[in-house]
Amino acid sequence: MNRAPEANLIANFVIAGTAVMKFYEYKAKEIFARYGIPVPRGMVVSRPEDVADPPLPCMVKAQVLVGGRGKAGGIRPAENVDEARTVAGQILGMDIHGYRVKQVYLEERLDIATELYLSLTIDRSAREPFLMATAMGGVEVEDVPRDQLFMEHIPAMVGIQPYVLRSLRTKLGVSKEVGDQVASIALKAYELFRKEDAELVEVNPLAVTTDGRVIAGDAKLVIDDNAEYRHPDYANLDQDRTPLEQEAHDKGIVFIQLDGDIGVIANGAGLTMATLDVLNLKGGKGGTFLDLGGTDDPEKVKQAFEILIKARPAVILVNIFGGITKADTVATGVKQALEEMHTTIPVVARIKGVNEAQAKEILRSIGTSAAETIEEAAELAVKVRAGGT
Amino acid sequence: MAVLLTKKARVVVQGITGHQGQFNTRRMLDFGTKVVAGVTPGKAGTKVEGVPVFDSVREAVLRRKANASILFVPAPYTKDAAIEAIEAGLKLLVIITERIPFHDSLDVMPYARSRGVTVIGPNCPGLATPGQAKMGIMPNHIFKEGDAGVISRSGTLTYEIVNAMTQAGIGQSTCVGIGGDPINGTSMVEAMGLFQKDRQTKRIVLVGEIGGTAEEEAAEFIKKRVTKPVVAYVAGRTAPPGKRMGHAGAIIQAGRGTAESKIHAFNEAGVAVAEYPADVPKLLAST
Repeated sequence: MNRAPEANLIANFVIAGTAVMKFYEYKAKEIFARYGIPVPRGMVVSRPEDVADPPLPCMVKAQVLVGGRGKAGGIRPAENVDEARTVAGQILGMDIHGYRVKQVYLEERLDIATELYLSLTIDRSAREPFLMATAMGGVEVEDVPRDQLFMEHIPAMVGIQPYVLRSLRTKLGVSKEVGDQVASIALKAYELFRKEDAELVEVNPLAVTTDGRVIAGDAKLVIDDNAEYRHPDYANLDQDRTPLEQEAHDKGIVFIQLDGDIGVIANGAGLTMATLDVLNLKGGKGGTFLDLGGTDDPEKVKQAFEILIKARPAVILVNIFGGITKADTVATGVKQALEEMHTTIPVVARIKGVNEAQAKEILRSIGTSAAETIEEAAELAVKVRAGGT
Repeated sequence: MAVLLTKKARVVVQGITGHQGQFNTRRMLDFGTKVVAGVTPGKAGTKVEGVPVFDSVREAVLRRKANASILFVPAPYTKDAAIEAIEAGLKLLVIITERIPFHDSLDVMPYARSRGVTVIGPNCPGLATPGQAKMGIMPNHIFKEGDAGVISRSGTLTYEIVNAMTQAGIGQSTCVGIGGDPINGTSMVEAMGLFQKDRQTKRIVLVGEIGGTAEEEAAEFIKKRVTKPVVAYVAGRTAPPGKRMGHAGAIIQAGRGTAESKIHAFNEAGVAVAEYPADVPKLLAST
């Protein structure tokens, strides 16, 4: 089996670690608990007055989908109910790296003796799940010296075998009692990883308490959104998207807001990225990534344009290379959308494919500038944006 | 010669009665592909574009001697369809379907390998060997027989580049669309190994994009094993970190998987990297 060099595995790990379908800590811990992984007792609230009977003493933790909340003041201790309420009130509404805190999790404070680390992710190159652990938990795994990391591929066809758990214990150098608990947690985490279609299961720290219990101190969970249909209960979870991105997502449109002002729409992910790159080389800056995919359904095209227009670009740049996509039906969709939305945003279009000539005719009839190549279209868009036509 | 696909392939189309399956069966036949059977459970006895439809892949193998399959099966059923094809003894599978759960790919890909089966995709435009056969969804007219092997993670961007090559008079030996998913059946390195051995292929084009380390691994492989000239294009130079750019595999995180890193790796390996897609034929002409 072709396996990636170790450095690449860590890279893979990090890529999976911050992908798009994420879970709040409290939700991830709920799911951990369902699989029998020990988690601290806790309660989630969105208003300070809802803090009724928290496990005391507790930690009040901001629920956000970004890292670094501790340093930003989003995790603080409380000794009694009054203090818990006050602290919750202070953290709720805080801005942590651009995300407003809408919920806090009040969690039992653990008496921690040592901190371990455990994670499962996917090694893209090997096409296998990948288990990592270390006795040096509590810090970013990238900062742990390589010789302190336990790393093992788990062939999906056979799962975790006992020898993997034996070498895991040896590497961690923990007592038999702690080792038994870690091994059991590793098996449960793997079961969760497979059954829940996870891209990442990360427990950092995996806390060992002074009385010898092993408990998930934090819980990171990322689930593959391709598998959303198998997990309908996760469909409406809050995600890291702008309101317009959310609207597009709900309509099944692949759309990302960027910080430029030229609205880019193309078909196919690679071509859309390449169009943005060419635009950049020509001195423009893309404001949207909108992948129309393989559709030429005028209704779908219209929906995509509605999203695009709501993003308020200065110019719209259309780049379609039609294989199976019919150029004239795409053009018809563009025309309908522009007319119905009464927009005055100038459009530059380059459409290749079946019925190209008719497409150009339709586009000209609505005053769209037509180009032959991506380069030409990008240059034209930059010129139109600057005020010349 | 060519890689993976020649005119000898006897192709079964799984999911032939669906919109995509029907449409692309016509185009594959037009390309000269021997499409010998279709499979859609419950539709046995019907025909699509003159191609007989069966209930199972095994019947397609028994009755029509199919030896390769292209899948247009919806994502929730793709794992089942792929395993069925592998168990029926087919040795080449092209999975066009996108949005297959990663954990299904984790099951299918190593299993296929253990049975000596080559999988292309998922989430890919497929394979085309100009003058011989196509198992894919690429437009027929963009190809021309020639000596350049093309490997790509993308669909339409490949059409763009192949079209530019053809217009510049540079034909292709085979075009391999490995797909935009993080877990694919055939990697960039594996496809390149095939082109390095193929006598018809004199030069190689790689169309990469952000995310993962396929291009970096390809660059390492080129240094050690590839003697043929390689030209590359990498999409996503301006992609923001942390966002999945349409393809499941296309995401930059914590500074990894960037276009810069890939371009740097290619430069180190002596690969000419095109700034614009249209520059690919120009760079090829000077190899």
